[in-house]
Amino acid sequence: MSTFYFIAFLSIFFSILVISAKNPVHSILYLILTFFTFTIHYILMNAQFLAIVNFIVYMGAILVLFLYTLMLINLNKESEPRKSNLVKFAGVIGGGCFLVTIVASLKALGVSHPVVLQDPNLGLVKNLGKILFNEYLLPFEVSSILLLSAMVGAVLLATKDPKIA
Amino acid sequence: MGLADIGIKFVLIVIIFAISLVVAMYSTYAERKIAAFFQDRIGPNRAGPFGILQPLADGAKMFLKEEIIPTNASGFLFIAGPSIAILTACIGSAVIPWGQKLTIGTHVVDLQVTDINVGILYIFGVVSLGVYGVMIGGWASNNKYSLLGAIRAASQNISYEISMGLSIIALLMMTGTLSLREIAEQQHGFWSHGWFTWNVFKQPLGFLIFIVCAFAETNRTPFDLPECETELVGGYHTEYSSMKLGFYLFAEYINMFVSGAVMATLYFGGYNFPFMHHLGLSENWVTILGMLALFAKIFFFIFFFMWVRWTVPRFRYDQLMDLGWKTLIPLAIANIIITGLVITFLNR
Repeated sequence: MSTFYFIAFLSIFFSILVISAKNPVHSILYLILTFFTFTIHYILMNAQFLAIVNFIVYMGAILVLFLYTLMLINLNKESEPRKSNLVKFAGVIGGGCFLVTIVASLKALGVSHPVVLQDPNLGLVKNLGKILFNEYLLPFEVSSILLLSAMVGAVLLATKDPKIA
Repeated sequence: MGLADIGIKFVLIVIIFAISLVVAMYSTYAERKIAAFFQDRIGPNRAGPFGILQPLADGAKMFLKEEIIPTNASGFLFIAGPSIAILTACIGSAVIPWGQKLTIGTHVVDLQVTDINVGILYIFGVVSLGVYGVMIGGWASNNKYSLLGAIRAASQNISYEISMGLSIIALLMMTGTLSLREIAEQQHGFWSHGWFTWNVFKQPLGFLIFIVCAFAETNRTPFDLPECETELVGGYHTEYSSMKLGFYLFAEYINMFVSGAVMATLYFGGYNFPFMHHLGLSENWVTILGMLALFAKIFFFIFFFMWVRWTVPRFRYDQLMDLGWKTLIPLAIANIIITGLVITFLNR
């Protein structure tokens, strides 16, 4: 349990650094560390497949592309837009109201019962695959079609002149 | 797990670490000797007999060179870049089975650091992490050439990871497991049921795609665009000097060793060799011979990497992207479909 608290602390710590870092590239690097702590969370929950997929897809692919884009457009401290004091003031008030709402709603909630997994080995590749391809076959296939259509759409948007493509 | 087991694992890790460093060290020597052979030269021959001490001399030179951190470089990340590169190169070998079980007295030693059941995916994770060393180092140098090298490395790695993953899926459909130990066990011996047991004879196209992607992922010629010196001075390590440059170069050789080990395990039977149980030897001897067989295969792959480097010229960047996206990915998908059809209709 103490491992969980330590890793949870690290997750929150790094995610705060993501939004407080001045340099966008540093933000992305902190985001990578945040995702790495998520991977450890998955391993602690014995969800090995999810852990390694989070590692490969998020840390290894998506954030590489984020970093790639940021390096190309080369944002830095000087080009960061300066907000006026009025906007900052509004932001502080808005954030404070949001915090109060969240704390109030958390107080109103009852403590949920912890879910006990029937099968602690559910997260292993074999079991996960069997469940995905038996019980949840339709949603699984539909989501793959959704991803395919998103990909085709992105390619279509990226080509300026449809005749050239 | 008792204290003795932890001790054995610790010793095993240290031995594997030492072996990968020594192999990488002597790969630099081999590379220069092989290059010399291909270009009809003699190669390094001054330090020790046949120049055998050359890697030590190179190492000492690297450590003693002046350490330069450019004024406008971002200090911490500039040092983090090569450190990440060498770290990710070294952790890949943790899931590779180096041999069968060795019995020493009462202890049975498993010659693999850890047999996690997502072994192949772990290797993929480490490979995909490897690009951060190059990207962070290239960006932190605050140099246009370095940045271009870093950007090239990123897009190259992402592109070739896809076809690498797809080529592996066809293999996994045949083996039905993600554990490298089980995949090695399935290729036991050399011949059974009227066909070769090694996966390269069952998945020739998959292996071809995999080895092309391995060249791209280790940044070896003909795919070493991130450090293309004709266009980018030195690529991502233009600003690096001393041992930080050494780490980048060294990481490449460790990557070659690990990817050779992965290819040998996945496709060339790992520690298995023909007639391994018909020689009438004891288990321990079979294990040791198997280990030697695995290393022979790895050294062959390292030689192959160098052979290609000194034979094939570098690609142009658009050719690289065309090969990755328009040739390898469709081929890999076709390979998956063919494998699926064969498994369904021939039931093998």
